[in-house]
Amino acid sequence: MALRRFDLEAGGTDFSFAPETEDKIAFWLGKYPSEKKRSAVIPLLWLAQKDNAGWLSEPAMRAVADRLEMPYIRVYEVATFYTMFRLRPVGRHHIQLCGTTPCMLRGAHDLKEVCRDRIGEPFAITDDARLSWEEVECLGACVNAPMVQINDYYYEDLTPERFASVLDQLRNGVDVAPGTFVDRQRSAPLGGATSLLDAGLFDGSRLAQAHLPNLPEPVTDTAQPAAPARTTLIDVQPGPPPERVETASERVDDLRKIKGIGPKAVTQLQALGIYQFAQIAAWSPADVSRIEAALSGAGRVGREDWIAQARLLVQANKEA
Amino acid sequence: MLQDKDRIFTNLYGTHAPDLEAAKQRGAWHLTREMLAQGPDWLCDQVKQSGLRGRGGAGFPTGLKWTFMPKEVGERPHYLVVNADESEPGTCKDREIMRHDPHLLIEGCMVASRAMRAHVCYVYIRGEYIAEREALEKAVREAYEDRLIGKDNVNGWDFDLYVHHGAGAYICGEETALLESLEGKKGQPRLKPPFPANAGLYGCPTTVNNVESIAVVPTILRRGAEWFAGFGRPNNCGTKLFCISGHVNAPCNVEEEMSISFRDLIETHCGGIRGGWDNLKAVIPGGSSVPLLPAEQIMDANMDFDTLRDLKSGLGTAAVIVMDKSTDLIRAIARISYFYKHESCGQCTPCREGTGWMWRVLQRMAKGEAEHAEIDMLLEVSHQVEGHTICALGDAAAWPVQGLIRHFRHEIEDRITLYRTPRALIQGAQVAAE
Repeated sequence: MALRRFDLEAGGTDFSFAPETEDKIAFWLGKYPSEKKRSAVIPLLWLAQKDNAGWLSEPAMRAVADRLEMPYIRVYEVATFYTMFRLRPVGRHHIQLCGTTPCMLRGAHDLKEVCRDRIGEPFAITDDARLSWEEVECLGACVNAPMVQINDYYYEDLTPERFASVLDQLRNGVDVAPGTFVDRQRSAPLGGATSLLDAGLFDGSRLAQAHLPNLPEPVTDTAQPAAPARTTLIDVQPGPPPERVETASERVDDLRKIKGIGPKAVTQLQALGIYQFAQIAAWSPADVSRIEAALSGAGRVGREDWIAQARLLVQANKEA
Repeated sequence: MLQDKDRIFTNLYGTHAPDLEAAKQRGAWHLTREMLAQGPDWLCDQVKQSGLRGRGGAGFPTGLKWTFMPKEVGERPHYLVVNADESEPGTCKDREIMRHDPHLLIEGCMVASRAMRAHVCYVYIRGEYIAEREALEKAVREAYEDRLIGKDNVNGWDFDLYVHHGAGAYICGEETALLESLEGKKGQPRLKPPFPANAGLYGCPTTVNNVESIAVVPTILRRGAEWFAGFGRPNNCGTKLFCISGHVNAPCNVEEEMSISFRDLIETHCGGIRGGWDNLKAVIPGGSSVPLLPAEQIMDANMDFDTLRDLKSGLGTAAVIVMDKSTDLIRAIARISYFYKHESCGQCTPCREGTGWMWRVLQRMAKGEAEHAEIDMLLEVSHQVEGHTICALGDAAAWPVQGLIRHFRHEIEDRITLYRTPRALIQGAQVAAE
């Protein structure tokens, strides 16, 4: 484990958050239940570090503890446990050099030599206070190795020469854009992507799909005895004679609005010439048994109350 | 070989915009309402049928994991926590999802939350991924503004998503350490049981899933479980993001079919091994935690969970670290041991002391400054660390060392012998050669 102690001397006695940080603090506190605001300790320590020239002083830790109503020791614990909290002063551009095996295989050692040469030992700060560095563990950009993180962002696919020139520029007050330093698209292979070249992926053609596959068919529970004759009140009412309805081509209702009817049932119903809510609303008991036989789902229409649902939908259509 | 039309992460390289408009054009957020309307049982069932196994390293069936959540929401709310603390050396796939295809992840979070009856999801992203966090926060904002998520959203399931970040601790990738960290504590793993599905975040039922496991779900539902299950060998289904680093001509991330052979993977996407296939020495096939495999075993192996397990290694996160013959394997593994020494949380003694001890011995062995008998002692200590800790970090520290000794014991022995050869003789030999 990493043994880390903080510098009590260098931090002075005071710390206060910058005024513009207050919004960010509120943003983070808004993410957690109000009685669990301690959850925000890492984000707040990170903001404090930003407001304290890139490192965490002991007064800054106390300021965070006060905000979150935490005992100081609990904040010290967190600050010393997580290695992104720097417990002593660093340069304006602090370089975190990844030295773990994937970067090591691609030449991280040579980058370390550049740091030693240009800056000095880890955590030494250059005289102009611009640069400092440390070796860190895997930063998770292994296919762009070797790489470093300078303050917030990643500088990838480095060579000692490219890296040295980045350091020289930073030292001279010139900002360097992060990203890869060779001709490649992010983590695509050097020389051009070998996949994702099909234009059909990006033309919106995937939006043509109307429904999900494998949607559940309403359960047809064959284990149960055949449904009793009583299905719904509607079935036993004499009901009006079936209305003559317009031909199917004129009007097609989305039958799936009836709970219990899935895409498969829609296809089957349409094959039987049933396209509209009004048709279903007008079913007689004889119609019901005919339809149920065709759908091989005894008792289903009654159990799921298709007719009552259809009547409501007809009503809704009329009102609309 | 996977065809473009079957790739899930269509913006893996950030060639296109990551924003909502472009993501929708690529198919994200399409039919989401219909998915959510089917309810938890159908969702879990479909994910089970797709054969999706967790992409964070352990390979536990995702759909099954979701069913461990209580069937009814009691007094305690349910939480989904997404593990975006991608720190396993060699792994850099979730990063691409978050910065280039964040909407697939957000949509996946919503679907998974519905499946486990959760209304709140936290994404725990590693602290160093600042650009990725900014990209994800932007996408979350877009989703809220478009009323895709939030209260009374268009998809019909109240859902809030919050991005949280860590601050540089590998151990927070362990699910209970992650929850501790999210609660504002040191990231030290909890004893299990209770499992997170019973008592996780804030003591509430919680499921922790990897970014990739979550982000593939909406596409699986849109294309059908059987589509996803059609790739790879049985029990090793689907497509997978591979991260190939180290000594290949063109290291890259790529989405491929599970069970693709190592040779096809490297030849098709990485421009071959540096110096040709004869120059291949060893491969770590699944991130630093899994034992390495020598060239002759890995060359034509299928890259999937079961094949690599049978070879006494593992698919892990599918982070393939390739090492050619110029590699000093003892140093490479010693560096991994240093990593585990640095990242041990210090809670369990075998790990706290053992990781440092193994590293120090390997450091000496890299120079040859050791006794032959120490090789067996190292192996024995690694077995004493393995399985004697709360979390799997102890195992992860032991396995690379065991792999090294299993396959390259002769290299360690040769180096020790060479070191013990009288210096004069070596100098003499050099003089003679010159």
